Amino acid sequence: MALVDCNNFYVSCERVFRPDLINTPVVALSNNDGCVISRSNEAKALGIKMGQPWFEAKELEREHGVLALSSNYALYADMSNRVMSILSQFTPTQEVYSIDESFLDLSGIHNLRSVSYKIKETVGKWTGIPVCVGIGPTKTLAKLANQVAKKHPRSKGVFNFNSLSEEQKNSLLSKIEVSQVWGVGRRLTSRLAQYNIHSVQDLKLADTPTLRAEFGVVMEKTQRELRELPCIDMTLIEPPKKQIVCSRSFGEMITDVNALKDAVSLFVSNACQKLRAQKSHASIIQVFLCTNRFRAELAQYNPCISVPLPQPTNDTVHVNRWADFLVEKMFKPGYSYKKAGVMLSEIAPTTHRQMDMWEQPHEREHASNVKLMDALDQLNTRYGRGTVTVSTQGTYLDRLNVGAGQNWKMKQTRKSPNYTTNWSDVPYA
Amino acid sequence: MLDLCEWRMPAGFPSPATDHTQKRIDLNEHLIRNKEATFLFRVKGESMSGIGIYQDDMLVVDRSLDPKHNDIVIAVLNNEFTVKRLYKRGGVVKLIAENNLYPPLLIKNEEELTVWGVVTYNLHKLH
Repeated sequence: MALVDCNNFYVSCERVFRPDLINTPVVALSNNDGCVISRSNEAKALGIKMGQPWFEAKELEREHGVLALSSNYALYADMSNRVMSILSQFTPTQEVYSIDESFLDLSGIHNLRSVSYKIKETVGKWTGIPVCVGIGPTKTLAKLANQVAKKHPRSKGVFNFNSLSEEQKNSLLSKIEVSQVWGVGRRLTSRLAQYNIHSVQDLKLADTPTLRAEFGVVMEKTQRELRELPCIDMTLIEPPKKQIVCSRSFGEMITDVNALKDAVSLFVSNACQKLRAQKSHASIIQVFLCTNRFRAELAQYNPCISVPLPQPTNDTVHVNRWADFLVEKMFKPGYSYKKAGVMLSEIAPTTHRQMDMWEQPHEREHASNVKLMDALDQLNTRYGRGTVTVSTQGTYLDRLNVGAGQNWKMKQTRKSPNYTTNWSDVPYA
Repeated sequence: MLDLCEWRMPAGFPSPATDHTQKRIDLNEHLIRNKEATFLFRVKGESMSGIGIYQDDMLVVDRSLDPKHNDIVIAVLNNEFTVKRLYKRGGVVKLIAENNLYPPLLIKNEEELTVWGVVTYNLHKLH
């Protein structure tokens, strides 16, 4: 199993079209230029933290020439789609895990090291985005291997956990803090410390019944993964980056586009309900379809597309329209689909959302939608999920049909042009 | 990639004729060999006008190709993008303009030169 992760993804996307920024400290900011969400290595070296409010770091702008850019989701989504599509050419089984990370099943490939370098080289050359590749017997270990590849320049961006001796593995895992393990957050780290579990190796060797009793079944599975027994379904683990994933395997394989749309629309409504429950909105939607990889005799097709939402939203109607459209776009007849999913990312609290003067008439309609969504949530909570869903045909269509140039609902004073998705923003040479 | 620019949300009813149409000639198929590696640039200046690349023309650029001698390339020079002909012979590397007003730029050390991508087509507006 390999994990390919883009280095400083948003900043790297910006740099592809701004060669002048190659050695400058650069950060990308969240919606409304609030917090730092991506940092170049130079910015990291200056001590700028992930999630730090930009006003706190603003001093550095003058002192060290740090350049802060508003997030350009149209650009990031397009570059992500390119990277993911290139990665899919290396294996029939790819699981896109976030906008900038993807698991690749490379089992059966013998020269893993050279294939990994080939992956890194190809993505770098074709898109300009630097990536690191981590290889391990399980997803959890592949993720750790990826971090090793990122941190140690000697690895040249590729680290293969499988190639270590038993001794080397134990020594490596003893040196890595348990907080680095996939799915172990800050809170769990301090609780683990109470049980004298500090390093990854400690977790690997910890008493399993105690672990299960105190930390639950997910932690037990994590431990099994560290013991090289693959058992994690990626949807089990809350991703570290703020995103909501709703996906499920179907009972029967689906061949009809409308059935797929229905399924995806249910995922959207669950995801949006989660968003509203935590009073936040999302800026990027990703939809993926999968065929059954355990049925090797069937043709395989695992498409995945990300698009930026015209404005941050938690409105089922809006999001659903995009999901529906993406399913339509990706669907190819002749395949049997086993699984589909929706991922919402770049999630931020709704209170941060600022509207400009152009928003006013829209705002009123937005308010009426808020009421509709509230009613929807109440009904679904009372009578069970999926009681009321949003029809995919409706009157909101035209309103969504906004051109790329009207994306300026957010305060984004430092946004770069949409180099790859807007004719008028194409770079000059 | 061009595809992305043309995305529209579907509206209204599909035409009943949809089932009977044949697939039209698709310019993307002709212009784009590798869509994940293809980007568009717009021309600034007249340094390439000798071979018919004019200000505001649209260039199709493929990053997956290895830049060879005589290719038209997007290069990075002094932190800026520039379109030039790549000269690469006998250890000499130059960026050549196709306009007598612009002298060739000799690259002292090949490693100093970043070729961003290879230009595969020029789209020049005539009407």
